[in-house]
Amino acid sequence: MLEKNNRKAWLYLLPAMLFLGAFMVYPLVDVFIYSFEEGYNFASQSYFGTGLYNYGYVLRDPYFMQAVKNTFILVIITVPLSTGIALLISLGLNSIKRLKELYQTVFFLPYVTNTLAVGLVFMILFKKTAYSDGLINLLITAFGGSAVDFIDGPYWAKMFVMCFYTVWVVMPFKILILTSALASVNQDYYNAARVDGTPPLRIFTKITLPMIAPMIFYLVITGFIGAFKAYSDVVAIFGTDLNAAGMNTIVGYVYDMLYGNSGGYPSFASAAALILFAIVLTITCVNLLASSNSDNF
Amino acid sequence: MKVVLDHLTKRFPSRNKKQPEDVIAVNDFCFEIPDGKLIGLLGPSGCGKSTTLNLISGLEAPTSGKIWFGDDDVTDLPPENRGVGLVFQNYALYPHMTVRQNIMFPLENFKGAAKLSKPEMEKRALEAAKLVQIDGLMDRKPGEMSGGQQQRVAIARALVKMPRVLLLDEPLSNLDARLRLQTREEIRRIQQETGITTIFVTHDQEEAMSITDMIVVMEAGVVQQIGHPQDVYDDPVNLFVAKFLGTPAINVFTGKIEGGKLFIGDDAVLPAEGQPDREVFVGVRPEGFIPDENGPLCCALRGVEVMGRDTSIIASDPSCQSDTVRAIISSEIRIDRNAPEVRFSLKPYKTHVFDAASGERIYISEDEIRRSLDAQAAAEGEEA
Repeated sequence: MLEKNNRKAWLYLLPAMLFLGAFMVYPLVDVFIYSFEEGYNFASQSYFGTGLYNYGYVLRDPYFMQAVKNTFILVIITVPLSTGIALLISLGLNSIKRLKELYQTVFFLPYVTNTLAVGLVFMILFKKTAYSDGLINLLITAFGGSAVDFIDGPYWAKMFVMCFYTVWVVMPFKILILTSALASVNQDYYNAARVDGTPPLRIFTKITLPMIAPMIFYLVITGFIGAFKAYSDVVAIFGTDLNAAGMNTIVGYVYDMLYGNSGGYPSFASAAALILFAIVLTITCVNLLASSNSDNF
Repeated sequence: MKVVLDHLTKRFPSRNKKQPEDVIAVNDFCFEIPDGKLIGLLGPSGCGKSTTLNLISGLEAPTSGKIWFGDDDVTDLPPENRGVGLVFQNYALYPHMTVRQNIMFPLENFKGAAKLSKPEMEKRALEAAKLVQIDGLMDRKPGEMSGGQQQRVAIARALVKMPRVLLLDEPLSNLDARLRLQTREEIRRIQQETGITTIFVTHDQEEAMSITDMIVVMEAGVVQQIGHPQDVYDDPVNLFVAKFLGTPAINVFTGKIEGGKLFIGDDAVLPAEGQPDREVFVGVRPEGFIPDENGPLCCALRGVEVMGRDTSIIASDPSCQSDTVRAIISSEIRIDRNAPEVRFSLKPYKTHVFDAASGERIYISEDEIRRSLDAQAAAEGEEA
């Protein structure tokens, strides 16, 4: 009977396992193997030998180090900033009654808008051309500053646009999650705190924050993972030649190694992808450890 | 602390567009709660008892009327300045804090001169925990405790700041039957030990009657009757109160007064001298029936349930509002369970007559009026 049940269970699992195997496990293993094959040639499907040369090459490649630097700056700035701002907006949304639905819809709009379309809009807002300074530069000059080319100009300006864009794009989802988390905190906790004369700041730090902490950790972890995987947003603003613009990301580097103008090196791409995997895995583990230490009810 | 509710009214604006009138949750509530008593606010769900509690705690503001704690008018005071302890139906214990942190939480909010040092807070928290007998569980979290223990923590948290008034919202509804019995005794003990004026809300009449000094029966926002539990039970002012109090419930018959006699169906059950003829409801408590071969009330016998101490007779009568008439008699009286019918005479003081139109009580004999006046005087004496 147990035997039969077991066979049945495997049968039910089969479709999912087939798809996962073909599209997840097999490519992962393949990438892993590629990353150790030195001098792999796409056309002849041959290689010279095996070893750690690919990793060495990637780690010494200045373009890769630039991509790592860009990605880390992006992650470190945008994840805390977007989560913090989203929390503030959610608290605001939670405390108003009139027009709440309208504001919720407005804040959610970026989520349903196409990345490339939004990137284009950002480019038009920030780009300085021979014909126009762009809206942002007009504002800067109106307030007495000097115009900056945010798209082809200095590194900090480009990074600013990148971070601004990322924060703006990831915010709606965080607001959605946090408003529902805040709304699900039982009103009785607040009533109990009111009867006891708890000051608002203390209510926030002692009751609201611990109650929604699991959701905040969820957002931070997914935020880290999402920011490490940034690519399409960068392309939308700075175009496809990211190495030249100095704005490449790790995923962008992987893509360039495969299909870009300097591409055709699946081994280097695989090595870079596995380095990214190791970074994301480490950070997620650290996050999970931190969260399990602080919330245990 | 004496609590006075002075013409207290709470209206909520209607959210239903088809029904534009306001919802009146509490309608002109006047009551003086004597110092140090345990009061039960009793009524079916939606009768306004929880709203009344919220008005007293200050979580809701009354539409009109005043609330006094002793000589202080607290109507416009926010909840934190009223000095009330509130125990919520779901306890509202902070799940991420230990029992100690939960009980200390109200103390940590004290400001200025009232501010306590850490050891003082610990001491006060431990005292409160000892009072409710959970001092051995100070480092547990609420999730690691049973419902009854959580209930005690909630009471300790409400008591720790030494409130002038303790308010309990359905304190026993989340407990199982055995724990409920135990906890209600506990609430009574804590109330008597601390001497804090306590108001608790319940829809369970047994709970209210068993431990309170006084009960307030409410329906649809209107106070129906206030008094000592036994007096309200023995002398209900209207049909609603009579039906709401008592398990098993009162048996209600349609009847009439005709020619100075009270009739149930065609049976003249009691004299009603000097009463004008009219349609009435006759309520008979289960313990108001006396099996009597020559009794005036004749019912078809459905069954006999023996419960040891007493016997329950299940009968039916076409005049009865429910399908069955339930009479509870001493088990010493033997009933022939194969008889097709059973005859009763009625105890006059367990039989209440109500006007068929208004549901208001009709006193059919002088004896009854005198008894009811006595009860009223006793209740007033207690209030004063």
